[in-house]
Amino acid sequence: MTSTTTPELRQTPLVDWHRAHGGQLVPFAGFELPVHYGSIVGEHTACRSAAALFDVSHMGRLRFEGPRAGELLDRLLTRPASQLHVGTVRYALVCHPDGGTVDDVLVSRLQPASASESHFLLVVNAANHPRISRLIEQQSVDFPDVVSRDVTSDTAMLAVQGPRAVAIADRLFHGAAGRLKYYRATFAELAGRPVVVSRTGYTGEDGVELIVRAHDAVRLADNLLLAGREHGLQPAGLGARDTLRLEAGMPLYGHELDDQRDPLAAGLGFAVELTPGRTFIGSDALRSIVASGGPSMVRIGLMVDGRRPAREGAPVLSPQGNSLGLVTSGTFAPTLQRPIAMAYVPREFAEPQGRLQVDIRGNLTDATVVDLPFYRRPKDNA
Amino acid sequence: MSTPAELKYAETHEWVKVDRTSQPPQAVVGITDFAVKQLNDLVYMELPRVGQELNAGKEFGEVESVKAVSPLYAPLSGKVVAVNSDLPQDLDRLVKDPYGDGWLIKLELTDESGLDKLLDADAYSKQCAAEG
Repeated sequence: MTSTTTPELRQTPLVDWHRAHGGQLVPFAGFELPVHYGSIVGEHTACRSAAALFDVSHMGRLRFEGPRAGELLDRLLTRPASQLHVGTVRYALVCHPDGGTVDDVLVSRLQPASASESHFLLVVNAANHPRISRLIEQQSVDFPDVVSRDVTSDTAMLAVQGPRAVAIADRLFHGAAGRLKYYRATFAELAGRPVVVSRTGYTGEDGVELIVRAHDAVRLADNLLLAGREHGLQPAGLGARDTLRLEAGMPLYGHELDDQRDPLAAGLGFAVELTPGRTFIGSDALRSIVASGGPSMVRIGLMVDGRRPAREGAPVLSPQGNSLGLVTSGTFAPTLQRPIAMAYVPREFAEPQGRLQVDIRGNLTDATVVDLPFYRRPKDNA
Repeated sequence: MSTPAELKYAETHEWVKVDRTSQPPQAVVGITDFAVKQLNDLVYMELPRVGQELNAGKEFGEVESVKAVSPLYAPLSGKVVAVNSDLPQDLDRLVKDPYGDGWLIKLELTDESGLDKLLDADAYSKQCAAEG
């Protein structure tokens, strides 16, 4: 409820669009972004039942060209980029030498119809953008022929998410979104302007993420809103983005992931490729974690009894009252209509259906360990 | 946003309505329409018990939205003589009628001096405009 005036906040090309649509702007990762346009729950529900439109232009977008671009990325990413086929997207992590997490990212391999060669696109968290850029600069010494370009401020990125999202995007892109499989990406056009369409998202729903030139962002947002009107598309802010990703059990850097947490402890082993001979920053540390029998602390999902959410930092205790760990994110889940949380606890307490306790500002509240995600979209939407 | 002229307001977004028909006088306390709109999507509320002594400016409960927890601060000192105990189960009433059905507690006012420190509707509206 306090007003914050932070100097030198960056703005996305849609800042005036957000204001015009009733967005309540807040500082987030150095950017001025809408937390909601009226109701977090309303926007959350629109995304689960129809569709929601998010401005995710704050996320860093880095482009890599040159025959050895994939090789450079292979050194940074927990999954090899060089083996990606054109038009595919992968979730991966960037680690410290000790295995701790620098960032979680999406890497795509793209090739415009007019181009003779493919390039890579890395989408990184806004807060980690500067240090990812530094890491790439360090690696570039060994790859003088790789041209890396930060296209963040030249472009904008919008996400359309929800069961109606692909139908809405396809009214603009003539079926290009619907033809994409999940975690595939392609080039499309909007009134002659290039758009990267990617069947990805951070909500647990089907949908697309769209990258356009910065000066085409307002046109794209307006066109989406118009095309989405009959489908129930609503603009949605950071608040709904957080409750949606939490229900979907997706980690958020700075909460479930940080410099100390490694991807294996976070339950992201699916995104870590430790095939023999493959090396990347942190691969030795991650191999020794595997060799020692796995991480000692692991990420869990908790269904908290009652209606009071356990927030980040709330202590998690055993039934006997022994301190186990801390909640990393928690909220009242609008779709599930109950409080949910993610936390780190010793592996022996991570068994689903196990009963634990959470200390919610002095009140010990029972909670049940559950498999992640908390919410899975109905199959017919997939 | 509604800010009834007959009420007094705390900078921390609680409203006060003094009832001089009872002896000693009582104060009905709630949170403002502005606060409810800012909080957005309420999910939980904790209120004090009847008999509890509140000190002006100190926390007496909390209201929680999907987004965050916000403490409730006592606008005046006094003993809690009534609590709107059904309200936490039906927070929609607070959203629909923050100055009526959505009242939180009634205080017995033993010392009225704290009333002077509260804002009138004009001053409170200006504060909200600056925050909003």
